[in-house]
Amino acid sequence: MCGIVGLFLKNKALEPALGDMLSKMLVTMTARGPDSAGVAVYGAGNNDRVKLTLRAEDAGAAAALANELPAALGVPVDVSIRANHIVASLPRDAEAAALQWVKARAGQIQLVSVGTHMEIYKDVGLPEHVVSEFALAGMAGSHGIGHTRMATESAVTINGAHPFSTGEDQCLVHNGSLSNHNSIRRTLVREGMSFATQNDSEVAAGYLTWRMSKGDSLKQSLTSSLEDLDGFFTFVVGTRNGFAVLRDPIACKPAIMAESDDYVAFGSEYRALSVLPAIEKARVFEPEPATVYAWERS
Amino acid sequence: MPVCDLAVSSVRELNQALHRLTPDTNETAWEIDNPQGKHAIGVGINVPVEIDIKGHVGYYCAGMNKFASVRIHGNAGTGVAENMMSGTVHVMGDASQSAGATGCGGLLIIDGDASARCGISMKGIDILVKGSIGSMSAFMAQAGNLVVLGNAGEALGDSIYEATIFVRGEVKSLGADCIEKPMTEADRERLAGLLGRAGLDGAAKVDDFRMYGSARELYHFHVDNAASY
Repeated sequence: MCGIVGLFLKNKALEPALGDMLSKMLVTMTARGPDSAGVAVYGAGNNDRVKLTLRAEDAGAAAALANELPAALGVPVDVSIRANHIVASLPRDAEAAALQWVKARAGQIQLVSVGTHMEIYKDVGLPEHVVSEFALAGMAGSHGIGHTRMATESAVTINGAHPFSTGEDQCLVHNGSLSNHNSIRRTLVREGMSFATQNDSEVAAGYLTWRMSKGDSLKQSLTSSLEDLDGFFTFVVGTRNGFAVLRDPIACKPAIMAESDDYVAFGSEYRALSVLPAIEKARVFEPEPATVYAWERS
Repeated sequence: MPVCDLAVSSVRELNQALHRLTPDTNETAWEIDNPQGKHAIGVGINVPVEIDIKGHVGYYCAGMNKFASVRIHGNAGTGVAENMMSGTVHVMGDASQSAGATGCGGLLIIDGDASARCGISMKGIDILVKGSIGSMSAFMAQAGNLVVLGNAGEALGDSIYEATIFVRGEVKSLGADCIEKPMTEADRERLAGLLGRAGLDGAAKVDDFRMYGSARELYHFHVDNAASY
């Protein structure tokens, strides 16, 4: 089944509570996906520094590697550690060297995401466990998306956990299954993209990144995905300042949204929205099939 | 009046309490608070009681209902009033997919919109939607009436049997073997009766509706129709 959630805040006063709201939404969706969970949070950052989210084997390994990184790069690096994830914020001109450093430690550490504002945390296990492991409730931010996974297309591993990020500050969560992901993957690889997993959802994320690299807006990239991606899907997508939702033309997978002056929220089921403040005053609606819903912050 | 607060009680406790009621119960008016989108609220009621659910409900609310009148003061998730036998279910907001699916009797009223596959495989239920309905509605519908004051999505009435569909707005497309039919006086009376039962006397004119049903070409396999199945 899988459960997906998303929250895009319009009211800046709510930003300190983003993590708390997203955590509650995610835990509510446990019944839809107890195999793994993950979140992407768009929080503090600036465009001159790149944030790499890295995943180590365990918290101890993360701490050791986090100590190594600044010396290896020879530049000031701000490092924060949450369980086995490291977020390293570094000057943009050190990004290539940092990626090389990660590549050289394949097996010890993996790159989860690259961005200026986005951080991604994911792990196998119940959403409740994942949320507390990363202290998600304490995170602040402007928007975020999350996923609870019931594995269908690939194994129960951290690599199969969502969100998938294939471009800077871009990420996607997916409920459903794509039927033509292998052929789309081959096309994208020919276009120069690379994929870390065999997961169909990573292909969807990669497809959108590819379209946006060609100049499409978030909304245009999702509109063209209706032509090119085949299968069942509800996508929730985040970019640095955007948030979008798309369902397949026969709306196989459930989706419900709420919009108020304070926020736009997405849930696979209403239960996930029921935990939000003043939800009774929001406009609650079911997104139409094959219709792109997108919001952007100025 | 029994009041059940689902922030405190479980859905299972509520449903067990409802199942324990006998037809001569004096506890005929129930209020259910804080449904918060929970699933299977009020499923399998078998007695003539009135139930007000104060908020949005999840999947399969009031499924298999018999005799009861259930009012949902909010939106309903997938499969509201699924396989209803008799009684009334009234959704005051929108309904998600498969509203009234396989319903055998009773009346389902939806004040807002219903999503895809409304009335799929309906078998005698009457469904009245004041808003619009999504695609593939009344797919393989066998008996009963689906009345829509708004518009209908793609493939309305695909592979329909003897159910009847009345739509006041636009129909995006008709499904296989579903055709528009002229309304007889009996059909007009039936529609007027349904509008009256839903409290819409005078609010919607029978003449504004168009009627759809089965062309009966696909009842028996015929090789010339193979492409239509």
